[in-house]
Amino acid sequence: MNRHELQAMAEKAKEKHKQLKHKICVCCGASCISSGSEDVLKKLQDEIKARGLENEIEVVPSGCMGPCNQGPLVKYLPENTIYQHINCENLDRVIQSQIVENKPLEDLLLFADSREKPFVKADEDPFFKKQLKIALKDCGDINPEEIEDYLAVGGYKALDKALFLMSPEEVIAEVKQSRIRGRGGAGYPTGLKWESVYKYISDQKYVICNGDEGDPGAFMDRSVLEGNPHRILEGMAIAGYAIGASKGFAYIRGEYPLAIKRFELAIKQATKHGLLGKNILGSTFSFEVEVRIGAGAFVCGEETALIASIEGKRGTPKPRPPFPAESGLWGKPTLINNVETYAAIAPIIVKGGEWYGETGTAKSAGTKVFALAGKINYSGLIEVPMGTTLREIVFEIGGGIQGGGEFKAAQTGGPSGGCIPEAHLDVSMDYESLVNLGSIMGSGGLIVMDKSSDMVDVARYFMEFCMDESCGKCVPCRVGTKMMHDLLQKIYDGKATQIDLDRLEELAVYVKEASLCGLGGSAPNPLLSTLRHFREEYESKILKEA
Amino acid sequence: MTAHTHHHVHEHELSKTDPRVKLLAAKIKKENHKPDALIEILHTAQNAFGYLPKEVLVYIAHELKLPPSRVFSTVTFYHFFSLKSKGEHTCLVCTGTACYVKGAQALLNKIESQFALKPGQVTTDNKLGVAVARCIGACGLAPAVVIDNEVQGKVTADDLINSINGKIATI
Repeated sequence: MNRHELQAMAEKAKEKHKQLKHKICVCCGASCISSGSEDVLKKLQDEIKARGLENEIEVVPSGCMGPCNQGPLVKYLPENTIYQHINCENLDRVIQSQIVENKPLEDLLLFADSREKPFVKADEDPFFKKQLKIALKDCGDINPEEIEDYLAVGGYKALDKALFLMSPEEVIAEVKQSRIRGRGGAGYPTGLKWESVYKYISDQKYVICNGDEGDPGAFMDRSVLEGNPHRILEGMAIAGYAIGASKGFAYIRGEYPLAIKRFELAIKQATKHGLLGKNILGSTFSFEVEVRIGAGAFVCGEETALIASIEGKRGTPKPRPPFPAESGLWGKPTLINNVETYAAIAPIIVKGGEWYGETGTAKSAGTKVFALAGKINYSGLIEVPMGTTLREIVFEIGGGIQGGGEFKAAQTGGPSGGCIPEAHLDVSMDYESLVNLGSIMGSGGLIVMDKSSDMVDVARYFMEFCMDESCGKCVPCRVGTKMMHDLLQKIYDGKATQIDLDRLEELAVYVKEASLCGLGGSAPNPLLSTLRHFREEYESKILKEA
Repeated sequence: MTAHTHHHVHEHELSKTDPRVKLLAAKIKKENHKPDALIEILHTAQNAFGYLPKEVLVYIAHELKLPPSRVFSTVTFYHFFSLKSKGEHTCLVCTGTACYVKGAQALLNKIESQFALKPGQVTTDNKLGVAVARCIGACGLAPAVVIDNEVQGKVTADDLINSINGKIATI
């Protein structure tokens, strides 16, 4: 397919949608599927057909719509009316009211059970109102298994623009101008990373997509891969063009079978239509993508460990430098970015880096996807401008604490992050502000805890995680996490003295400073941050000397 | 290179007519016997056999021209791979942070009291195996479990025992 054929195909897909009166999306993200959305989809498709409405109403499976707690979700477009907790029984009532009588069915509207007056237009609901979807745009509105759906919303336009209207240098300049930083958690400026790989001269370079989303409580990457896989492929292809790579790997967690299936399908479709492979869209650029399935090792989220794993080896990290930009996969210059970073590339290329940089804060541009979970009323997937406060996220978007409980802390950054206490609810969610509080942005897991959570137990839980996941290569991490875990257990059991607590704090600093990679280097963070904000909970468990 | 040193050990134990072996052989062929496809091939093997028996690992080592020690060390590194049978039916309890906060431990306690199984153990009749997962990414449905590849969300301890009993009853 050349670029004109691409345009024609996109026009045709758009035309098809214009002729439809309505589109109904049934959320088929992993979360809604496990609450039975596939049966709802099948029944709805059958009902529409039985009523002879298939030329007016299209029923498609879609990716994640956000409020995962309320699933299965059904979205009625273009009205954007969302129905919650839909099953094969109450579906009949939705069909009768919404489709036959053209009247929204109040009692099944999104959040009908918890809001005084639920919203017919979902985007007016506070859950969505404060959100801004860039990476998640179209996720939940298109069928991730049909490339036509992606083309109809402007898919692969960015790749077309990059290949035919921009030089690799201009693509990199655009990404630099957007000021986007790595969404995997570390926050390294993406444009600079691209530029450094671009500068190395080599016969072969590689692009890697890090989809080894290992933080417990994080499901942003899974949702994007499931809901809009072509967006990631497009971002990877643009990256390949910019840095001069002809081959890409997507490393996806083995725990995400649906994401793997949809991503592999997207690769097949893109290859079939000449959007991947040799001479993409008739240009001189060739690029192919292969999936590598993770095998359950948290440390493989670390870039050098991930590279070892793609090479079929034990996923142990290597000291840097050399950085992967210089010597990565099979010793070749390699670009590694997170799923969410690639998801933002196409809009940056189409609308410009300046446009992207208008959102967010001075140092953290754009938006961030968070996975809201824990003791919060509306858990799920959200995307907000950088700089949104934690209070807005928890209380406006998330609807506050479950069961009328009291907020105690929010945990960000998983086992590498920390807890933000109530006193700092007004913190701006950006890279620097979170670090100042002893936490990190991390990949976007945000777990809300109420007063029933014991912070020493939380620290012990994360330390146990790091202890189990330590790859064993370097001593500070392998032995240090074990010793810290045992001391935390001792404190939790009420058997520790002040000396143990002092030793624990001392050890935390050693492990942080001396570990080889980010796993060990950040393993003490949950401990240090709970000590910083909730020291009294530790002290209350310490044995007083006689 | 000592890649060929052990290549005849145990090889005869695998039957060439076993459909699982055929499947594995086809995957290895598809990957061109490349050593860097080891993890992909191990995934295929585990899906086919349910776990990774020793003779299968020796066979893979031979086919990829890798020392068995290298294959074995890779298998033991990753949580996903198991050297033991996981049981005919499996119950995987997610212990990710969201599930932990919402009572994953209570589910594990119930399983232990009901079936006398701790995570990683299998009943003596091999009917049921119990394991824990770090996070299955279904945090909106916490606490979540996976019973025979089927995700169940917001489970109570009693629901869970009923589901497991239902699975064990059907063969």
